[in-house]
Amino acid sequence: MWRWLHPYAKPEATYRLNKKLLPWFAIPGVVILTIGMIWGLAFAPPDYQQGESYRIIFVHVPSAFWAMGFYMGMAIAALSAVVWQIRTAEWAILAIAPVGAVLTLISLFTGAVWGKPMWGTWWEWDARLTAQLILFFLYLGVMALYAAFEDERTGAKAAGILALIGVINIPIIHYSVYWWNTLHQQSTITQAITRFEKPSMAPEMLWPLLVSILGFLLVSSALVILRLNNEILKREVRRPWAQTLLLKENR
Amino acid sequence: MASELSVGSQVRALMRREFRVAMRQRSDLMNPILFLLVVVTLFPLGVGPEPATLARIAPGVIWVSALLSALLGLERLFRDDFSDGALEQMLLMPMAVEWAVLAKIIMHWLLTAVPLLILAPLLALLLNLPKEAWGTLWLSLLLGTPVLSSVGAIGVALTVSLNKGGALLSLLLLPLLIPLLIFATAAVETAATGLSPAGPLALMAAITVLALVLSPYAVHAALRVSVN
Amino acid sequence: MYFDSFSAFIHMGGYGVYVWSSMFVTFFGLGALALEASWARRKITQEARAQQARAERIQRAKSASTQQQSGQPS
Repeated sequence: MWRWLHPYAKPEATYRLNKKLLPWFAIPGVVILTIGMIWGLAFAPPDYQQGESYRIIFVHVPSAFWAMGFYMGMAIAALSAVVWQIRTAEWAILAIAPVGAVLTLISLFTGAVWGKPMWGTWWEWDARLTAQLILFFLYLGVMALYAAFEDERTGAKAAGILALIGVINIPIIHYSVYWWNTLHQQSTITQAITRFEKPSMAPEMLWPLLVSILGFLLVSSALVILRLNNEILKREVRRPWAQTLLLKENR
Repeated sequence: MASELSVGSQVRALMRREFRVAMRQRSDLMNPILFLLVVVTLFPLGVGPEPATLARIAPGVIWVSALLSALLGLERLFRDDFSDGALEQMLLMPMAVEWAVLAKIIMHWLLTAVPLLILAPLLALLLNLPKEAWGTLWLSLLLGTPVLSSVGAIGVALTVSLNKGGALLSLLLLPLLIPLLIFATAAVETAATGLSPAGPLALMAAITVLALVLSPYAVHAALRVSVN
Repeated sequence: MYFDSFSAFIHMGGYGVYVWSSMFVTFFGLGALALEASWARRKITQEARAQQARAERIQRAKSASTQQQSGQPS
């Protein structure tokens, strides 16, 4: 496996691989996401309790799910950066963090907008929303730490260590926030309308949701690939391979 | 190959050194504690002096203030050693750097937490915390402050080479310390209602052990990045 | 199609504002990321071009000076 994987520690090889992979993520991603959105918004039946407002689920759940998923991905990149000192892995951290932060922000906004008609408040200190807010802070911390260093290599390494510490903390944070929420039993509505915990969702709702989740994954991955390639080119712009490549393109 | 005994004596020597250095700037040790006292005083002025309200918010106020004051004093852990080069020497010592880090963390804990533990009854008194919860507040501070020192050490190690690390340090550390805050205030609140706080206290103890065991490694990695 | 008419689809049973604002923010966020990436890419390309132009200028200046030294007016 190492012999196969090792060339991708070289920026040029990663760039070329990314270039090849990008259409396989971007095109199906946009198509699948569009299908998921139209299916969810126009064809799925309304919820018997929440009416049409539940349709926010088709953007809320995928963004929340992948906000967490991309943090895990960032932590894996951080681990390879810290352990094997792979520079492309360091850049991957920087490529993933803003995408993950935007996903987290989307899930927070849609959660608040969904909460207004359902719970009557924009912000409910519901365990999921709170945990998501803390995840947002963790993303911000990683980005701020990187930005604070003048030497970007040092900044990327420090950000990587912070991402790893965060990933150890995430289960503890989640567990503690849930525990805190049950302790401070404030609203019974929160429990009445928990979003995804219904034992079984009707398949007509579940399928478009799964399609949207897949679409979000592909589109966000395409964005990460775009950003990673930018990070690579930014550092390698003086190297001959990047020069010829950039000058050949969009002339 | 260092034997068990020599590691122990090295750690003790390092702790003595830390103590002596800290004693040269006693105001650095006193200021966070005074800050804590002032912040706790501000709350009754802000939310009103009703004893019931104060008792209700006391655990949270004391713990949030303790977190904030801990952040103020944390930089002392590595900042001076970084600027005078002692930190580089520490990384080159013929012993596992993790032990040296642990010695610094323990000494920092002794110097910051002991005054806090002495002051805790006064804070409880000021905020009208029910008598039943006093012991639990004290115990939660005893169990929780090692986490502040050890997790805080990671944050300081990451930001020590920046000359504007203060606000950044809070952004990095406070999200990581949220579980501690939750369990600590939960313990004190359950004790105030007359129930047994054993559950949250046990969870806090688990977090403390985890933080003390893992943080020296993280601090070492972070210091190697900061000092290069 | 679940809805009877297009206006019912926009209305979303009274929740139109909530549903459509969520959609807007979602796609605004993803779109902003994509735009930022392509904008950064363009900047890198410009930098590469500027560098190449600079290298060419230096090259030309060098060859001009060597021609002057060898005493051949062009």
